[in-house]
Amino acid sequence: MDDPKLNIQDPTLFTISNQPLDSAALTALVQSPDMGALVTFAGIVRNNFGGRATAYLEYEAYESMAATVLEQLANQARATWGTGAIAIHHRVGRLEIGETAVLICVAAAHRHEAFEAAEWLMDRIKEVAPIWKKEIWADGASEWVGNETERKAELHSPPTGTSSD
Amino acid sequence: MKITIRYFAGHRDITGLSEEHVELQPGATVGSLWELLIGRYPRLTGYRGRVLYAVNQEFGTLATELHDGDEVAFVPPVSGGLPICDLWFAILDGGERCHG
Repeated sequence: MDDPKLNIQDPTLFTISNQPLDSAALTALVQSPDMGALVTFAGIVRNNFGGRATAYLEYEAYESMAATVLEQLANQARATWGTGAIAIHHRVGRLEIGETAVLICVAAAHRHEAFEAAEWLMDRIKEVAPIWKKEIWADGASEWVGNETERKAELHSPPTGTSSD
Repeated sequence: MKITIRYFAGHRDITGLSEEHVELQPGATVGSLWELLIGRYPRLTGYRGRVLYAVNQEFGTLATELHDGDEVAFVPPVSGGLPICDLWFAILDGGERCHG
């Protein structure tokens, strides 16, 4: 980072919260007069997954680690695309259909790098941020997203007598 | 030495615990702890190669050595669902630390 002011991180830029997220507040955190582009991505709770009706979602985070990981990813994005400030807020707890689960706000001099950085950040958050999503289906069943392999392993492994729960 | 393990999401459902403490011999690594836990909770087997390893809230690898008082978390797959193997380091430094 050539610009020393970019290394001063506001702790409110990266938060995990059980309160509703506010995109206007994030915008205010990252905006500056030399930044001509501001991309905000909002991840919204959808009413279905692969056509199966969702009742609501529950998000859980390893909270003491998650905000740090968000900040490390943002630092990587700023270094790669030369963007300005980045803010990422993620919600935890029970979220209803239509509520905002995650907000990513990227300021940059021009739109191209702001769009690219925002998309890269969302992809990486889904891969590595210690934040989990549980689908509670309309029919009452529920499951943690990302557990497909565990279910397959159970299906194919011989009974051990130890999986009594 | 005493290690604290934090369980989240599907791992908490499998173990029935959000946290537990284990006594390990000096020289234990993330990998040896993970194998111990797979023995204790066979349903974790399906996560082999698909978790990220965190020691004191920083990502590590199977080779990371543990020390008394460390907090370890095996981060079960999040929404991406990719085969991850040290994905974190692939993001941060091109994966140099992934091998070995």
